[in-house]
Order: sequence, then structure tokens, then C-alpha cells
Amino acid sequence: MSNASKLNRLRPVDYVIMIFIGIASLFCLLPMVHILALSFSSNGAIMAGKVTLWPVGFNLDAYKAVFQHAAMVRSLGFTVVLVVLFTAIAMFMTVIAAYPLTKHKLRGRNFFLLMIVFTMFFSGGIIPDYLLMRGLKLLDTMWVLILPGAISAFYLIILKTFFSSIPVELEESARMDGASHFRILWNVYLPLSLPALATLSLFYAVGRWNGFQDALIYISSSHLYPIQLKLYELVISGQVSDMAIMEAQNRGAPVPESLKAASIMFGTVPILLVYPWLQRYFISGVMLGAVKG
Amino acid sequence: MKAIKFTEKKEAEGLPLLTRTSRRMDARTDRRSENPGARWGRSIIPVIRDWQLYLMLILPLAYFVVFKYIPMFGVVVAFKDYNIFKGIWASEWIGFAAFREVFQMDMFWNALRNTFVLNILDLIIGFPIPIILALLLNELRVRWFKRTAQTVLYLPHFISWIIIGSIAIQLLATNSGSVNIFLGKLGLDPIPFLGDPLLWIFTYVGTGIWRDAGWGTILYLAALTSINKELYEAADVDGATRLRKMWHISLPGIRPTIVILLIISVGHMASIGFDRPFTLGNPMVSDVSEVISTYVYTVGIQSARYTIATAIGLFQAVVGLIFLLGADYTSRRVNGHGIF
Repeated sequence: MSNASKLNRLRPVDYVIMIFIGIASLFCLLPMVHILALSFSSNGAIMAGKVTLWPVGFNLDAYKAVFQHAAMVRSLGFTVVLVVLFTAIAMFMTVIAAYPLTKHKLRGRNFFLLMIVFTMFFSGGIIPDYLLMRGLKLLDTMWVLILPGAISAFYLIILKTFFSSIPVELEESARMDGASHFRILWNVYLPLSLPALATLSLFYAVGRWNGFQDALIYISSSHLYPIQLKLYELVISGQVSDMAIMEAQNRGAPVPESLKAASIMFGTVPILLVYPWLQRYFISGVMLGAVKG
Repeated sequence: MKAIKFTEKKEAEGLPLLTRTSRRMDARTDRRSENPGARWGRSIIPVIRDWQLYLMLILPLAYFVVFKYIPMFGVVVAFKDYNIFKGIWASEWIGFAAFREVFQMDMFWNALRNTFVLNILDLIIGFPIPIILALLLNELRVRWFKRTAQTVLYLPHFISWIIIGSIAIQLLATNSGSVNIFLGKLGLDPIPFLGDPLLWIFTYVGTGIWRDAGWGTILYLAALTSINKELYEAADVDGATRLRKMWHISLPGIRPTIVILLIISVGHMASIGFDRPFTLGNPMVSDVSEVISTYVYTVGIQSARYTIATAIGLFQAVVGLIFLLGADYTSRRVNGHGIF
């Protein structure tokens, strides 16, 4: 396809549509660009309202302040560890649940599926969850942010649907050769499902990175604050009682606005980094989800 | 018929009888059935044969029992005068007393009303936008432009509500928000986007559109690509304009998708996420921003009134389930298949 011949046929209506979509895209992008500009801007310029989409009085003070802010750095580090561990455990659990459920001969399969799907439509609510976590002595530990979400019923169904699309002949011939189910899963199913596994890993990772409510309810020690809770404390709840920020203000260096903006960027950048990979796979993931399992 | 004949033939050969279904389904079971004692084993043999599969399922099933089903039975707290020291079982039964109390709380009705109002506005304002966007994206002929636009439009969906709430404050706060500073420079009065109840509702709906309108186009775009190209070619021959083709071919082509997504949206009318109202809300607008999910948090976690909060949560879960089942029923009537 040559672009030139395509462009030749463009009519005025094409340009109207392009302009409309272009505006919608800018509408999505501009708030982020503005925050980015704020994070690099000087104190005075922000207060005077000079900053729009480009840094005014370019400096890195806000980022330096974030890096000197011990609690923020620790929170970032903790969240990275949390996301990696969570994704590994969640993927393991989802895979070992999805594989047996694709086997139609498995006794009790329909019962297990019903049991799993039902949890998508009814839950005990946050108080019974909270009481359970307390009973299990998980409150205010790292595990309370990992175990309760270790399998998403929805992602499980997506993976099961994907596994079902793998030709059964492959499995049968492996069975003939005497391979166990563990081997078949590892050597046949997993290598053939890499796109689906990548999609779901990214979804789990993004979900954990963005997760907030469970940390708000279950975590009370500040050294276990994941990044979203830290951001909430810093930017939204306004209970800024942190020494680093007060010192920064006394020095007349970055105002909280640019510091807040820099913190927001820290919370967003990892998502932007994985986004290209996410985007490559998520459409197939969403389509799989739309197909009934 | 075939299966029966098959069984009879095997019987004639003097082999022990096994269930017809398992003969049809699994040749391997047949071979095992030649062993003596297979009659008893017809239910246990598949279980032994699949022991590896059951082994794999142990952990996941334990997960669902512990983290999903135990809390479901934990809703008995709503019917007990829950005492932290006695625990759930030793606490006294109080029947529906907690529900009677909940139904007399003004704050509860307020939160319930807000839940429905915000969801309905989300639906009315937010539902058509992805359809329009998808129809327009589908008309784009410049490939790179279309792909770039899609990338940008999907992006906000992956940003957490905490970040979006933070951005909203940075942009829209009455005194320090960038938009109001800009308005001030033009000599205009600041607009309290987050401080005025009515404006707050629009901010709430607007942020929802910002985050999810682009994402919502995916299923429509997929439906649009499956429309038969010949329909467009035939319309071209008849001299139809772009707008007419959109109206008479594209829109009817995605009608089934629109209907099912609408039914699903209505099915979720009674449930509302926690992060969005919680991060956007503030004390000035709590009259309109307090919804069921945030109210359960306030009552249950902050005030530790477990029985009352569990009752509210259970009420919402049941109403939510009724809505979903209603949506499923509607879908079966309209589309011939359910939403699950």
C-alpha cells in the first residue's frame, strides 16, 4: 500500500474526522503533559501560572526532593518487589487452575467452573474480607496485598479459553509418549501460550501497581505503603507532615506543587514503560475475554 | 443409537459392561474396564487417572474457598451483634435488627441515591461516546494516524484512580489548580470544579469519560471490522455519502454489540467502584460523593461498626446480583444468549 495514493483520495470529510479524533487524543494526553511540565518547572513560574505544556524555569529540584524523600523511595522499591512477587504467584496459580479446567473428562469440572464463576458475581463484601484477614493474621503484612488477589476469576477464564484453542492432538501425542500432565503443561501448553501469558502478566502487574483499596484497608505501617497509598497520602489527603517536604519548603526550593507533580510522574512512569507491550497484546486479551469460556 | 449398538457388540464379545457415555467419550477407560472390579471403579477410576489434574487444582480451589467462600459465609456478621472478643460464632444472633437500623439511616439512603445517580449519569453521558469515537476511528483512512490515535486513546485506562485524582486536583483545585490560575489570568472568577456539589458530579463523570471512553471503543471496533465490505461497496455504487454509510451500514452492524454492552452496563448499575469516588471526593461535596462503597468503608473500617457495615455491604451485593440476573434474563430474551 502506498501512502501517497491513499492520501490522494482524502476528501474534506476525512480531514474533519481527523481533526475531531486529533482533539480527542490531545484531550487524553494534555493533562499528563501538563503535569510533566509542572514537575520540571520552577516554583515562581508555577505560582504565576506561567506553566502550561512546557517547563518554565527548567530544573530537577522536585525529582531530587523525591529521591531524598526516604519514605517515597522505600515505597517505590517496596512496590516493585510487591508487583514482581504478586505477578509471579498470580500467574502460577492461574496457569495451574486453567489447565485442568480445559479437560472435559475431568470429573467435577463443571462444578469447579461454576464455583469459580460465581465469585465474579457475588462476594461477602469488605468487612467479612477484613475480618478474615485479621483472623488469618495477615493484617499489616506484605502477604495481605498478594494472597487475596492471587487469582482473578476473569483472567482465569480468559486463559482457560486460550488453552482450549490449543489442538488436542498435541496433548494426545504427548500422552502416547508417556508425558505427565505437568510435562504437557510445561512443554506444550506454556510455549504455545506466550502471548496470552504476557497479556495476563501485564494485567496482573498493572493491577497490582495501581491497586489502592486493599492497602488502604489492610496496611497501617508506613513502611508497607505501596506507591498508590503513598501518593494518596502525599497529594490527595493533604496530610503532609513529612520532614523532607517541610525542609524543602524552608529552603525555598520546590513548592509542593512541583513535588506533587514529580511524585505523580513516579507513579505513572512504570505504566508508561510497559504500555507498548501491554498494547501489543491487550486487544487479543480483551477479545478472548469477550468470547464465552 | 450408534452408541447402543457399539455397547451391544462389546457385550457380545463378553466384556464387562461400562456406561455408554464413557465408552463413547474415552477409549482408554474402555481398556481399563477389561480389568476385574471395573464396575465398582467406574466412578473412582477417572479420578485416579486424573490425579495429576486434581493435584494442580488443589491450590487454586483452596484459594477460592479461603478467600472467596469463607467471606461469603462471613456475611452472617450482618445478623449477629458482632463482638471483636467473642468472635463471629460466639456473638449473639440479632436477626434483621441491623438491617432495620440501616434502613433508618439517612446517610445510607443518601449513599444509595448517589450510587444510582452517578451510575446513571455515567451511563447516559458516558455510554454513547465510545460508539461515536469508534465510528469515527473506523472512518480514518490514514493508517499511522489511526494507530497513533488508538494508542493515545487507550492509554488513560491504565492510569490508576489515585493518579487521576491527583491530576484532577492539580488541574482543577479552586485556588491552586492550573485551570483556575489560567482563568484568573484572563480576569475570570475561579470555578470550584471539586468544591461545588453540582460541578463535582460533572468532574466525576468527565474523569470517567477521560479514562475509559477510548478503551470502550475496542469491542465496537472489532465488531466494525467484521462487517461485510461488500455492503459498503454496494452503497458506493448507489452513491451513498460517508454519513449515510455510517448511519445505514456501520451503526446497524454494531447494534448487537451496543445492545449487549448496554445490558451489561445496566446490570452493574447497583455496584460502584471505590477508588474513583473516594479519591475525587472531599468533605465539601460528601453530600453527593458518598456512595455505598465509600460509606461501607467509613462505617465499617473507620468507625469499626462491623455489623452495620456488613449489612450495608450484603444489601448492595444482593441488589447487585438481582440487577445482574435481570440483565442476564433481558439478554436471553433479546439476544438469545446470556451475558455470562
